[in-house]
Amino acid sequence: MTTLEPKSKRKTYGAIIGILIVFGLIVLLENLHKIIPGVPDILYPTSVLFTVLKKAAVYSLVAVSMNLLNGFTGLFSLGQAGFMLLGAYTYAILMVPGDSREQVYYLYGGSAIKQSIQDLLNSVFGKDGGGGAVSLILSVIIAILIAGCIAAVFAWLIGFPVLRLKSDYLAIATLGFAEILGAVFKWQKLGKITNGANMIKNFPNFSAFNIKNSQTGETMVYLSTLVPFIVATVCIIFIVLLVNSTYGRAFKAIRDDEIAAEAMGINLSKHKRLSFVVSSFFAGISGALFAMYVSNAQAKVFTTTLTYEILLIVVIGGIGSISGSIIATFLYVSCSEWWLRFLDEETFIGTTKVPLLKNGFRMVVFSVVIMIVVLFFRKGIMGTKEIGDLHPIKALKAKKAKKSAIKAKDGAK
Amino acid sequence: MQEKKNILHVEDVTMQFGGVVAVNNLSLDVYEGEIVAIIGPNGAGKTTAFNAITGVYEPTNGAIFFEGKKIIENYPKGKMKKLYAGENRGKYTHSVVKTPDKLTKLGMARTFQNIRLFKSMTVFENILIAKHLRKKSGFFSAAFHFNGKEEQRMRNETLELLKLFDLEDVKYEIATGLPYGKQRKVEIARALATNPKLLLLDEPAAGMNPQETDELAEFIRFIRKTFDITILLIEHHMNLVMDISDRIYVIDFGREIANGIPSEIQSNPRVIEAYLGGADDE
Repeated sequence: MTTLEPKSKRKTYGAIIGILIVFGLIVLLENLHKIIPGVPDILYPTSVLFTVLKKAAVYSLVAVSMNLLNGFTGLFSLGQAGFMLLGAYTYAILMVPGDSREQVYYLYGGSAIKQSIQDLLNSVFGKDGGGGAVSLILSVIIAILIAGCIAAVFAWLIGFPVLRLKSDYLAIATLGFAEILGAVFKWQKLGKITNGANMIKNFPNFSAFNIKNSQTGETMVYLSTLVPFIVATVCIIFIVLLVNSTYGRAFKAIRDDEIAAEAMGINLSKHKRLSFVVSSFFAGISGALFAMYVSNAQAKVFTTTLTYEILLIVVIGGIGSISGSIIATFLYVSCSEWWLRFLDEETFIGTTKVPLLKNGFRMVVFSVVIMIVVLFFRKGIMGTKEIGDLHPIKALKAKKAKKSAIKAKDGAK
Repeated sequence: MQEKKNILHVEDVTMQFGGVVAVNNLSLDVYEGEIVAIIGPNGAGKTTAFNAITGVYEPTNGAIFFEGKKIIENYPKGKMKKLYAGENRGKYTHSVVKTPDKLTKLGMARTFQNIRLFKSMTVFENILIAKHLRKKSGFFSAAFHFNGKEEQRMRNETLELLKLFDLEDVKYEIATGLPYGKQRKVEIARALATNPKLLLLDEPAAGMNPQETDELAEFIRFIRKTFDITILLIEHHMNLVMDISDRIYVIDFGREIANGIPSEIQSNPRVIEAYLGGADDE
């Protein structure tokens, strides 16, 4: 991109239309069984397809946020699970309705916080019908934003000591931070807030957004898959804009050469912290989405394994490519939840048992895939390219330009 | 002669690493519009002095002024209190430290001996980065692309610079893939894109063949004329230095041994001795 040419405007409109089409397709897909009865099982809202879509939407956001830090700023941080945990707990604590707080926190004799944001808003907008919908949507947006902010504040605080470190040391420090957070949230003394090692549940999840008939309780329009897609899309658009702004260029400069970046007047500590905070903000938001996806918040879920899973996605997608991360997320989640599930099941062809297929074999295959990726496709699916760069005509032009450049070089000799 | 404005004033700078005094009591002045060179044999402390001026190292003792304002000052502290072997102990009592990015903001831009271009970026992007420093828009307005005018201005300025330096035909190429001489040009252009008052060149002719060196001399003169800029360079290459500089500082074993105009330096016996080795004493 050289100047802000009219072409980029067309590209923007194209992207917006594309996103709207995807949203429309998702709503259609989830409601297809209502319109056409007798569709295959896979199109019913409880099927694995929608689980995969929801999970992938949540994971794509955290993968992109990790890519912002690791791929674009060159800070090898492994604290993503910790920030997700902060986001998930913040969302959960703020959103458990007042009536079920006793039940959720029964081990600690009730919660320290008596009301959820939704309760507060319900008293303003009313509980049923349109008012209820407004208060639900507003309260979820507020809670998600607070979840992101809490994660961002923590990132800002630990950024002071941690961001002085480089490469592996930074990775270990952030990993340690994530572990400490997990331990703190399991601490009995904080039970009135965090519910100790038990899960917090009963807060509104994605299904709360399905439009129900108030009399029969029957769901009329399914929107549960659309919600994570909307949130993730909005956040990812922000990250894309950031990466393409002057700050994004500064981040890339730091990644390429810290010393040169500093000599160009880029304040290293400020920009590193900025990237760290922004990345953590979105990790916090995706943590909140994750809590909605699994309908509970529990410290033991946000382990190092989760971070590695996301790191794996980022590496497969290509470090430094946002669209790569998104593609890799959908591939990874569909493989692990759906397409490669058969590897874990004992299968019989006729009467003979297929060898090797039994519980745990999926992970073996996964490991092999990872090794192949690391050994032969080190740049991942996309490298540092974006999906917009994969223009066949453009690629041809670039090839021609390269050829002519080589010719010019030879001519100069 | 009309008194020229002092751009850079280095005062009694001493750099000591452990027990080794790399730069000893170095003082130099650079006036507006000049091309000043620091030369010296291998290991004389040129690069160390350069790094002290550009904020990469903290000097052990001494002060540096830019346009009359103090930018760096330091005195022997901690372990150095006992170890300090330089002069002027006790003359400086404050510690003023500025990181390289702050110095660049003040108007000192530098290049590197081993070219440091951003390797994943095109020539255009490499130079565009330098414009980040003078932006006025905040984080959110930049991130949401509300600063369209500023962004356009940054890009236009970059394009102008590319045109001026004859780099327009390679602007979409990855910078590190260019021939060495062109990479050097890009690096200098990048430094100039920060709108500096003083340009510091660290061995600009390193690794260049004679033809490229001649072009470089022409190029440096061209820069001074078009940008009305002051240049301080350290260099190995005698021909280049004698060709372009107005004044020369010669250092050996961390000390200044001579300074003056090129013809004076060429005939200075101490300089010849430093370069060719002394006749008797050892």
